Amino acid sequence: MKTKHLRVLQRTYVVLFFCFMYLPIAYMILFSFNQNKGYALFTGVTLKWYKSLLTNSSILSALWLSLEVALVSSVIATVMGTMAAIGISSMGRKSRLLITNVTYIPVVNPEIITGISLMLLFVAYQKFAANSDWLPNTIMGLPTLLIAHIAFNVPYVIFNVMPKLRQMDVRLYEAALDLGCTPRQAFFKVVLPEISPAVLSSFLICLTYSIDDFMISYFNSGTLETLPLQIYSMTRKKVSPEIYALSTIMFVIILSIILISNAWESHSYKKDQVRR
Amino acid sequence: MKLNNRKLAAPYLVWMVLFTVVPLLIVVYYAFTNVEGAFTLENLARVGGYGSVFVRSLLLALEATVLCLILAFPVAYFLSRLRASKQHIMLMLVMLPMWMNFLLRTYAWMGLLSVNGPINTLLGFLGLGPYTMLNTAGAVVLGMVYNYVPYMILPLYTSMTKIDASIVEAAQDLGANVRQTLVRILIPLSVPGICTGITMVFVPSVSTFAISRMLGGGANLLIGDLIEMQFLGNSYNLNVGSAMSLVLMVIVLLCMSFTSSFDEDEMEGVM
Repeated sequence: MKTKHLRVLQRTYVVLFFCFMYLPIAYMILFSFNQNKGYALFTGVTLKWYKSLLTNSSILSALWLSLEVALVSSVIATVMGTMAAIGISSMGRKSRLLITNVTYIPVVNPEIITGISLMLLFVAYQKFAANSDWLPNTIMGLPTLLIAHIAFNVPYVIFNVMPKLRQMDVRLYEAALDLGCTPRQAFFKVVLPEISPAVLSSFLICLTYSIDDFMISYFNSGTLETLPLQIYSMTRKKVSPEIYALSTIMFVIILSIILISNAWESHSYKKDQVRR
Repeated sequence: MKLNNRKLAAPYLVWMVLFTVVPLLIVVYYAFTNVEGAFTLENLARVGGYGSVFVRSLLLALEATVLCLILAFPVAYFLSRLRASKQHIMLMLVMLPMWMNFLLRTYAWMGLLSVNGPINTLLGFLGLGPYTMLNTAGAVVLGMVYNYVPYMILPLYTSMTKIDASIVEAAQDLGANVRQTLVRILIPLSVPGICTGITMVFVPSVSTFAISRMLGGGANLLIGDLIEMQFLGNSYNLNVGSAMSLVLMVIVLLCMSFTSSFDEDEMEGVM
């Protein structure tokens, strides 16, 4: 009897907890339909923010910049990180330990420190470039933004791909070589297919971190505005409900991806069970 | 696995030195020099003048971390005892809010907590309030807890899935009550997750500046705000800013050495 009470209590608590987590999101969705521009009073339902979102060039250009930076930096970070993971895995214990420890720094350091340290590097570079006549000295903007995003994303790729490499059987690679593959062929035909799930998931992690990054971009974007930066400057004054509309659209897309993938997974799981 | 491909790491090694090691060395250099580039300890001495801000940041971050632990523990336990298929979707529900921009979610709290916002309206119907909730230290802690509690749930959950249900049952069969099961079985067995969770909540909480600025008004400055003001704000001073960052880094390192039973399994669960 007592455990039953406890179970009800636990369930109620979990439900309340999820209400807490989703309260601001529900609020955001509700206010994307609000007639009035304020953030406290709900005055009536409208779709006008969704309509004006499509013509708001500053939000749309910030969105495109975010997507562009995320895509380019994630591709570079994934390629460089995967190569690094393979290279590090074939090193001796000492150098491997040293490199992984340095790679941990951007992961565990507060984001604000990664942000300002890169900014100081770029400031130092600009001072240096101002005295030379062949170095470009206006790098604050897209180049620094890309470098910063690659810099915080590469470690996640490395730490995602390395465990997969460790699990892989080295004899598969050796067998491919014995059967006449060149090292290059053995890599692309044997190793890469084996680690591709980890590579793909790292790429997706990079994309989401990059799209959502605020702290590090804040110090390294020059005058450019990614979507999070634009949202931040809006919160200093007044957030346009068009941003709520954009977030609502994004929320619906993400939620449906999750629900579809989950339904698909449990479907194939059941199929498996039947076959057995 | 060992392939003979050590040189594949070369581009990354160059990158790592240029964009991880050198920037940190520059921070140290700026922290110990003045504008002319001469050695000085004055920057660090000036950081001492902001002691109260540092203490406030540490206290608020500590409060947020403890609250996160208390809130997350039952949720993580509940998740870890569900059927595998249900666990998957519930975990997704925990992570889904993190996909929405954190500034927007924090801004939503500004609306929710404001004097004429929904929470005060609701309390008004019960004949209570209105309360000033926005621009208080409590609101800052709420913002930290709300934004970082998933980072506590995920490592706790990873630890707890490894606890065999029969151990808990055995404890109950042998007459342990709820409190004894918790203190003697569940908490000791989730220590790795607790440690990872504490660092993952404490570090971003102690270094934030957006949350304190939005929910704390002007009166609740944190270390992050101070640093931001030295680099991009009105009290532009890269040297003092670097000294503050250095102190913050030392604080974070100290905190992590307390909870440094990092094992790679826990990190994988989080990433």
